[in-house]
Amino acid sequence: MSVLTVHGLNVSAGDAELVRDVSFTIGKGERVGLIGESGSGKSVTASAVMGLLSEELTASGSITLNGKQIVGMPERQLSRLRGRDMSMVFQEPMTALNPAMQVGKQVAEVMSLHRTQPDRRSARAAAVDLLGRVRLPDPQRAAKSYPHQLSGGQRQRVMLAIALANNPSLLICDEPTTALDVTVQAQILDLILANTNDSALLFITHDLAVVATVCERVLVMYNGRIVESGLVRDVFTAPEHRYTRQLLASSDLEATDENGRLRTVSHD
Amino acid sequence: MIEVRDLRRTYRGRLGRKPVEALRGVSFDVRTGQRFGIVGESGSGKSTMVRLLAALDRPTSGTISFRGIRIDELPERRLKFLRDELQIVFQDPMGSLDPRMRVRDIICEPLKRSGNREERLHELLDAVGLPQDAASRYPHQFSGGQRQRISIARALAPHPKVLIADEPVSALDVSVRAQILNLLAELVERYDLTLVFVSHDLSVVRHVCDTVAVMRRGEIVELGDVEQVYQEPSHLYTRELIAAAPTLRAALARFQEG
Amino acid sequence: MTTAAMKRRTPTLTVGAILVGLVVLLAVMSFLWTPHDPTRVDAAVRLLGPTGDYLFGTDKFGRDLVSQIMVGARTTLYVGVVAVGVAAVIGTPLGILAAMGPRWLGEFVMRVNDLVLAFPALLLAIMFGAVFGASTLTAMIAIGIATVPSFARIARSGTLQVMSTEYVLAARAAGRSRFAIAHRHVLPNVAGLLIVQSSVSFAIAVLAEAALSFLGFGTRPPTPSWGRMLQESQELLAVQPRLAIVPGIAIAIAVLGFNLLGDGLRDRLDPRLAGRR
Repeated sequence: MSVLTVHGLNVSAGDAELVRDVSFTIGKGERVGLIGESGSGKSVTASAVMGLLSEELTASGSITLNGKQIVGMPERQLSRLRGRDMSMVFQEPMTALNPAMQVGKQVAEVMSLHRTQPDRRSARAAAVDLLGRVRLPDPQRAAKSYPHQLSGGQRQRVMLAIALANNPSLLICDEPTTALDVTVQAQILDLILANTNDSALLFITHDLAVVATVCERVLVMYNGRIVESGLVRDVFTAPEHRYTRQLLASSDLEATDENGRLRTVSHD
Repeated sequence: MIEVRDLRRTYRGRLGRKPVEALRGVSFDVRTGQRFGIVGESGSGKSTMVRLLAALDRPTSGTISFRGIRIDELPERRLKFLRDELQIVFQDPMGSLDPRMRVRDIICEPLKRSGNREERLHELLDAVGLPQDAASRYPHQFSGGQRQRISIARALAPHPKVLIADEPVSALDVSVRAQILNLLAELVERYDLTLVFVSHDLSVVRHVCDTVAVMRRGEIVELGDVEQVYQEPSHLYTRELIAAAPTLRAALARFQEG
Repeated sequence: MTTAAMKRRTPTLTVGAILVGLVVLLAVMSFLWTPHDPTRVDAAVRLLGPTGDYLFGTDKFGRDLVSQIMVGARTTLYVGVVAVGVAAVIGTPLGILAAMGPRWLGEFVMRVNDLVLAFPALLLAIMFGAVFGASTLTAMIAIGIATVPSFARIARSGTLQVMSTEYVLAARAAGRSRFAIAHRHVLPNVAGLLIVQSSVSFAIAVLAEAALSFLGFGTRPPTPSWGRMLQESQELLAVQPRLAIVPGIAIAIAVLGFNLLGDGLRDRLDPRLAGRR
């Protein structure tokens, strides 16, 4: 059975349609990439799934997580799902963490909040465990540090620990490594891969190479629609939609035309 | 064109913290017409390097010469020649454009108050592929790629000989990245520019440059022909850097095998 | 237009402009026409309630309240312009200098600033009044001087922020002098902050004038001032609350108007926000 089913999702801001008729499913243990450029509707789709659309956006259609309808769900119920059944890792870990709170406490909080640990003490111990699981050196000490005392990569590890704390059935990563150094990116991607065997993963990025490394299936978004989807190897080796072909061509820095120029996407 | 010798820059530690050695003895030459890449991750000292090359900061020790003239100890009023001949394109196309200035004023900022400004503006917008009516608009009305074109037009305004591009494409989408890289390549050829291209991404540098310096913690760990460095990296760190970066080709090759 | 943009379009600016406009209108009109002579004392019409001839009634000397409010509006505007003018003209360059000049100069300016800031504005005004003679002008120059640190502080923090941007780095790489950078990049980008500060200081100055007149250190009789109207109403507060309420509302309208105007202007002056309208 699929964990996440999105069917006929539309998101609009007044008259402008940001996401149009988007449908896809993600099963248990499946890793799906969502690619497209800024403004294509990737992040809006993710926000709709998390029930985090800003007020001026309206969603219609159906999003079900383990059979529960997310579209139109009251905020109270949504907040019980977020952080427990589904969680999200953002691009910028500095702004997503509370700067005035020790990171260990922030990890423990998400477990106390959803009562997945019997008491404060065990939540605290579980938090240190988690920080070890995301391979922060000296997790005991790391738990007591504040976000600004950690490097960008370390902060993203903390974000990942928070997201994984309650073993969510769905993990959404929105450009989780874009702000990181290449060598750190590789480590974070490994971590995500190692910790999502039982979850459904929706991985948003504009970097095709990252998708090819992390995901099995891929959805290509363009102008609010999913224009192509399928196994990464099929889509990337035999792209059918013109946009996908152009995106692949412009990503490949080794393929150039007769003048040594890269191929580019033509917008029309 | 540019000669850097044993360059060091140490930032004073604030409030009892240790001083930071951003550069620890860096030497290299950039020849006229060369496309010189500097690759490094955060903390490698590449941003400090850019500031020193443009004489926006002063080294703690060591020398930088531009066309044989020492620029590291010149006062601002005698750097006029450098300000015309060396220009920078910055990473963040939003942060590097004054939000309260119209594109016309941004691009003309490096120009003297002499005539022909309109003509030059027209030329520059054309060269970077922006419509003429862009001149009267504000930066926020443009997309990231277009903003970077504005930034490039500004850099080209005083007819520079050397262009320093500081991570010019790392804030951009892949498809836009290709357009901007093509534009840079085209402009470098058309105007016979010497290019210093700074990036965290070795594969981008490999596409753009002929020579590369790999920096780590304030030092150059490897320097040489870009193909050679990429194909047969001699330093461990360079090898790590290449291995860590996922490339589409490698991933596709894996699919073909599997 | 999206719903988001409509939500953002609050009537702050309009309401602020209308309230301030009202005060300006009263002041301008008072030069041409007032229902009665605001300074004419007439025992025959003491403490009249509102009538057709005296819209808000008269005070204990028989002076018309409406006429006093109209002429008092002049005093209010005069006060705000002098105080804010003094503060902005001294404070802004000081703040920019403190941010762009050598480090020791910046430290020095800011420490002197702290000293002035620690000195109560009203006390300074009273001292000025004692030394140079109590008048609206001396009181407001004192209030202005006491407000200099607010402007210097805001100009400095705004300048530091602008100086750390890449567009200033780009301007330096383009060979711009420090003065040109201050003029072309720093000033326009901190102007918004300063305008907001001006409107807030304007409101504070109006209040300070009222307080000083109330204490007898501000506007001298017989020049009408809203603050002195309040003071004169004091002894009759229980019997004739009207005498306090009318100037009280006038002061509230002016203070609110300038605050709203400042907020509205800040949004309007920012091209990034304006683009979303």
